[in-house]
Amino acid sequence: MSPEEGLGLYRAMLRIRRFETAVNELYLKGRIPGMSPHLYIGEEAVAASVSFFLRADDYIVSNHRGHGHCLGKGAAMDRMLAEIMGKSGGYCRGRGGSMHIADVALGNLGANGIVGAGIPIAVGAAFSIAYRGTDQVAVCYFGDAATNQGTFHEAVNMAASMGLPVLFVVENNQYGLSTHIKRTCPTECLSDKAHAYGIEHATVDGMDAEESFLAARQAVGYVRRERKPCLVEFLTYRFLGHGASDNRSYRTREEEEQWKKRSPVEGFRARLASVYGVAEARLAAVDAEVEAELAGALEFAEKSPEPSADEALRDIFTPTEAVRQAQGAGA
Amino acid sequence: MSRMSYREAVRLALREEMTRDSRVFIIGEDVGKFGGAMAVTKGLFDEFGARRVVDTPISESAIVGAALGAALTGLLPVAEIMFVDFSGVCMDQIINQVAKVRYMLGGQVQVPLVIRTQGGAGKGYAAQHSQSLEAFFCHVPGLIVVMPSTPRDARGLLKSAIREPNPVLYIEHKVLYNTEGEVPEAEELIPLGRAEIKRPGTDVTITAHSMQVLKALEAAETLAKDHRIEAEVVDLRTVAPLDEETILASVRKTGRLVCVEEGYQNNGVGAEVISRVVAKAFDSLDAEPLRVAFPNSPIPFAKSLENALLPNPKKIVEAVLKITR
Repeated sequence: MSPEEGLGLYRAMLRIRRFETAVNELYLKGRIPGMSPHLYIGEEAVAASVSFFLRADDYIVSNHRGHGHCLGKGAAMDRMLAEIMGKSGGYCRGRGGSMHIADVALGNLGANGIVGAGIPIAVGAAFSIAYRGTDQVAVCYFGDAATNQGTFHEAVNMAASMGLPVLFVVENNQYGLSTHIKRTCPTECLSDKAHAYGIEHATVDGMDAEESFLAARQAVGYVRRERKPCLVEFLTYRFLGHGASDNRSYRTREEEEQWKKRSPVEGFRARLASVYGVAEARLAAVDAEVEAELAGALEFAEKSPEPSADEALRDIFTPTEAVRQAQGAGA
Repeated sequence: MSRMSYREAVRLALREEMTRDSRVFIIGEDVGKFGGAMAVTKGLFDEFGARRVVDTPISESAIVGAALGAALTGLLPVAEIMFVDFSGVCMDQIINQVAKVRYMLGGQVQVPLVIRTQGGAGKGYAAQHSQSLEAFFCHVPGLIVVMPSTPRDARGLLKSAIREPNPVLYIEHKVLYNTEGEVPEAEELIPLGRAEIKRPGTDVTITAHSMQVLKALEAAETLAKDHRIEAEVVDLRTVAPLDEETILASVRKTGRLVCVEEGYQNNGVGAEVISRVVAKAFDSLDAEPLRVAFPNSPIPFAKSLENALLPNPKKIVEAVLKITR
């Protein structure tokens, strides 16, 4: 990793950390309607690393804990935050919320509220790439618990049997809501599940930004070069609960502290200075740039109006002659 | 005009659309060299190759999900689910992903996806291979549900479905595959969302779709011959969204309504048709609207049992007589 790459990786992780911290604060202040957002704090190295090697025309499919993936693929904080707050300036005009943010123009095909449901969709995007014969790749992010869903097995098997350019990213943060993955899955290592389908796979330390970065470079490069699927499991940890309302009664504060000591963001900032020789002034400039983007996003989202009620029935269908009666008529 | 079977008409539509647009492809179980469980795609593999006629694992969720991913990224997939009964396996992909993605993303995407499948009883396939589940899909916003009854409609509606930028569930009927009819030589696109009056009449409106259109037409002949009742048979063709205009206009003319369907009666298509007629043309009704449908029972295997529960011309005639005498 070059110092420049390191700085880029740090910036990507910091954007996620700062954004998610702000979302958490807003939720606790009652400024975010609906279900408490599923936050990515602690897992930043994964999305930041994988995104680093993606091009604008590559596709991602995200999941319910998707803000990091979305930011990584280049989404703007302001429209993301507006969406999370249910405002008309949001990416989905307030129609989707935290679990359905996407900027499709950036190759983000959407987050998903159903665990494991995005995996076949990513395989379809990879099919489309293979069909068109381009050198794009598709990436699907999902958690440890999603590997227990049927869609995971169906989709990985289909991608393997058809030879499609898709990278499966397992973010093993150990818990499916409250249930530790060891209680629901006896497989020693989740990446072993990929072995069953005969595809390349690896398990790496998702708390180590450098290791994550190198693994992501190798994995994305492999998929792009070989036009074959690959699965990488990142061992990671969500520092907060499943959502803000989760009291985390199923794990100890000691366990949390152990993982927080390995936080990928702060540790990596220090290493950039000490090992990679990045000047403090440059790091501080990145810090300031991210703070400025966040401040702008907060202002934008606060000022963005709520969607007007007459928009509620928009976009159920693309308007065509076939659906003219259905639009607005409840047909 | 050329005479062909319903199966051939579906195949013709696929061939024509695949020839017209290289983005159209078929994906499903056994659709390739084998030609599909109902032999609908027979020959297309030889014509278009493995790239465009794609055999999959037996993984219905992955088939529909992959078709959705392809539709979102520039292709025009026609996914085949072998039996509509199997949609239970991939219901999440259909109702939570395909149907909702455009709305959830605030209109950022179009979903030009066709899911072809077939349903219906009458061949002794028992409870898990004979159902008519269209009402499920009509209930969910975001889906267009098309159910052709004739070869001509089968071809013209499928062509429109493939060109439609919204998701279409296109449900064929297994008993109709060998029925024959005239299909125009020239290209014909039949608009989605439009019912067709298959037999004009003045005394009673019978709505039906898919196989039951044929039963309704048979009943209408008996009613004319034996009872001097002229029934108007409205083929819904697209069951969601419903062509309310055509239905209401017919009932306003006849004053009577019988809704025929092969699906389970409770909360079925007929319930929706009747509800709308009652709400919007109540004053036109001269008698209570009735339904002829499958009772709320799993579909039995033995011929005698299956026949006992299926709608048929005799049951339709009886329903009409009940509200016309």
